[in-house]
Amino acid sequence: MQTPEQTDFLETPSAPSVKIFGVGNAGLTLLGTLATAEFSGAELIAINTDAAALAASSVPMKIHLENKLFRGLGSGGDSDRGRVLAEEQFSTLKSACAGANVVFILAGLGGGAGSGISPVLAKAAHEAGALVLAFVTLPFDCEMSRRAAQAQAALEQLKAAADGVICLPSQKIFKLIDENSTLVETFRVTGGLLVEGVRGVWSLLTRPGLIQVHFGDLCALIRNRHAESAFAFVEASGPGRAREVAEKILNHPLLDEGRALTESDAVLVSLTAGKDLTMAEINRVMEQVKGQCGHAQIIMGATVDAGLKEKLCVTVIAAKNAASPASVTPRPEVSLTSQVASGQRGPVLPPARPRRVGLKPVQTQLPLTIISKGHFDKSEPILHRGEDLDVPTFIRRGIALN
Amino acid sequence: MFDDSNIIAGLEIGTSKICVVVGEQNTDGALNIIGLGQSKSRGVRKGEIINPEHVEEDLRTAIFEAEQMADVEIRSVYLGVSGGHIRGFNNRGVHPVVSADREISQDDVDDVVKNAMAVNLPAENTKIHSVRQRFSVDGQEGVTNPVGMLGARLEVEMHVIHGHTNRLQNAIRLVRGTQLEVDDIVFNAIASSLVLLTNEQKELGALVIDIGGGTTEYVVYADGVIRHSGVLAVGGDHLSNDLAYGLKVPLSRAEKLKRDYGSAQITDAAKGQTISTTTENNLKLKPVNHEHLQRIMSLRLEEVFQLIAKDLEQAGLTDYLRAGVFLCGGSARVPGIVPLAESIFQMNVTPGHASAISGLSTALDQPEFATAIGLVKYGSLRNRKRTDRPFLKGFLGRLLQRT
Repeated sequence: MQTPEQTDFLETPSAPSVKIFGVGNAGLTLLGTLATAEFSGAELIAINTDAAALAASSVPMKIHLENKLFRGLGSGGDSDRGRVLAEEQFSTLKSACAGANVVFILAGLGGGAGSGISPVLAKAAHEAGALVLAFVTLPFDCEMSRRAAQAQAALEQLKAAADGVICLPSQKIFKLIDENSTLVETFRVTGGLLVEGVRGVWSLLTRPGLIQVHFGDLCALIRNRHAESAFAFVEASGPGRAREVAEKILNHPLLDEGRALTESDAVLVSLTAGKDLTMAEINRVMEQVKGQCGHAQIIMGATVDAGLKEKLCVTVIAAKNAASPASVTPRPEVSLTSQVASGQRGPVLPPARPRRVGLKPVQTQLPLTIISKGHFDKSEPILHRGEDLDVPTFIRRGIALN
Repeated sequence: MFDDSNIIAGLEIGTSKICVVVGEQNTDGALNIIGLGQSKSRGVRKGEIINPEHVEEDLRTAIFEAEQMADVEIRSVYLGVSGGHIRGFNNRGVHPVVSADREISQDDVDDVVKNAMAVNLPAENTKIHSVRQRFSVDGQEGVTNPVGMLGARLEVEMHVIHGHTNRLQNAIRLVRGTQLEVDDIVFNAIASSLVLLTNEQKELGALVIDIGGGTTEYVVYADGVIRHSGVLAVGGDHLSNDLAYGLKVPLSRAEKLKRDYGSAQITDAAKGQTISTTTENNLKLKPVNHEHLQRIMSLRLEEVFQLIAKDLEQAGLTDYLRAGVFLCGGSARVPGIVPLAESIFQMNVTPGHASAISGLSTALDQPEFATAIGLVKYGSLRNRKRTDRPFLKGFLGRLLQRT
């Protein structure tokens, strides 16, 4: 897999430099939980329109987006205001992103700051040559419809601007918590899940791995995909942990009981365990995931963390089939930034693109319709190990009729 | 002849057809099939009723036809039930023998059976069958009749088949609404297995798969008793739906293509061929690719068999099936299904014929009538039990041991 281009790509930094942005109030809270020793290699930056909240944050680097007209009161829940503010300060954002290989954006969509600023920030980071991954939450259904609409719009913009969006609809959290959970607990679960997602990708990139995922692999997998991803984090311990983990993945509510895997065309699996991690365990988990994924491209990494002792943690990120064709992205810009990122080598093509062509020789399927169940559309679905048996077998198995 | 209790009718409300079979039992208990009625079913999907009005109408048609043919009046029926909600599992009952001489009495047997039947079902479910398997006395397995034996601890395994109460009641109420009594409800696959398998085959171990229009039911016999049963809510309708989707044709045409050109395996003759058909008015229809048609069907049927094979493997029953696999139901007519099933189960596969029964040979040879004939057979076994002997030995007794 190691091509010369890729080594060049990785030449200077042993670990890619990472910047983590927390946007809006929700983003700041998440950033606060990330400010631990584990993430000491990353630069944490807080961005907000609300000066008071920003002042309360413990993060060293802060960017306050302000306009005299708003009198320091923040964006007032209006994403348009947030966006205007961010666009005004576009150059500030871009310079904040400079030098990073990977930019993580943490935000809660639905409010003014998160929804307004995140897409602009993603665009700025992309222009600065970084790989942009956004981790966002969507509001609960019971929050007002305006917030939901705002969040949806922001998600669409973010998908177009960022390389990958990992999205956690808060509504799905209901399946993970019990009835009596307090509000605080619920938000902690949501935040915790997102943080786990960041941690999964982070440890994949930075920790010495038994099976290491190269930064280039990650880029090739998600760059310019502009897709929405589902993700899940599961852990188990004890002798049957590999089997348990695999079961949990296939039944995970955030992956729609495994359906998200079937529908995805790129899957990243990161395993972390103590020193006793065996190849057989990795094999077991991967086999289950592979069986569910069909033809998806799978990137797998395994890292050892002595602190975990008997636990086996697995993070799965499944990128859904990008419904929108690549035309959303301004093409020339892409090749330019990739070239910048690839460094000194002048005449080479951008590294990400030829690799992608090589890995996906087949023409991507047109986004025709959601798979129809025809005659059985309105009947009770038959679910069997995360597969809906009403959907024609040849579609679930990805067999092309040509 | 004035007492027509020797007339037994079996009714199957299927997804593709509603079918009534009438049998006559003579004084020796032998059964003769004398009538058959069927109508196209419009109100059933995946084995469950979705439109009672349509079902009732179709049901009357089928009953009328069967009555005409047999020249009798049907007063009560044995009703076959199916649907994705039906589940089967094994449960064990234990009973200590407390009498002074340690001799096992009939009361002990009744008690252990009662214990085995005391299972925790979900609140909304009821039992359809609980079939007694072998007894074991002080750990000695495989005892058929423990009465009179000595022992301290008597155990029995029961196979319990249960389903959603309301959905079962829907069918029963509907039949009652047409002024017919329901003698009993029977799980379809058990009915089919009664006519498909001989006693030796049940002893050897056999798997019966009934692939109907909306559901596929299966039941496993080993050592003469029912060991496992299950329902997959996938059937012939799914084949048609897959074809309609994959070949981009209307459902009605997919159905016709399935019947006329379908195959469970991709044949050499179909490779690269297209099928051109015309409507009744001689208008040309869009030609479809024959190979694709067969591939879509083959994949679906293969998957159904694989799911069943996996289920049996998990239950640890694969090695018990020495008599092989028996297929029935409408989809068992698909050409090439036998070699396909053979390749997946790696054992002998037989297309089912209703054996051990006499009467209308046109009905007996059809795999899709196996269930309805089996219902009649079930009824005849029940009748015989009621009139002839107080306690039946062997398989029939066990089968009929019901609450």
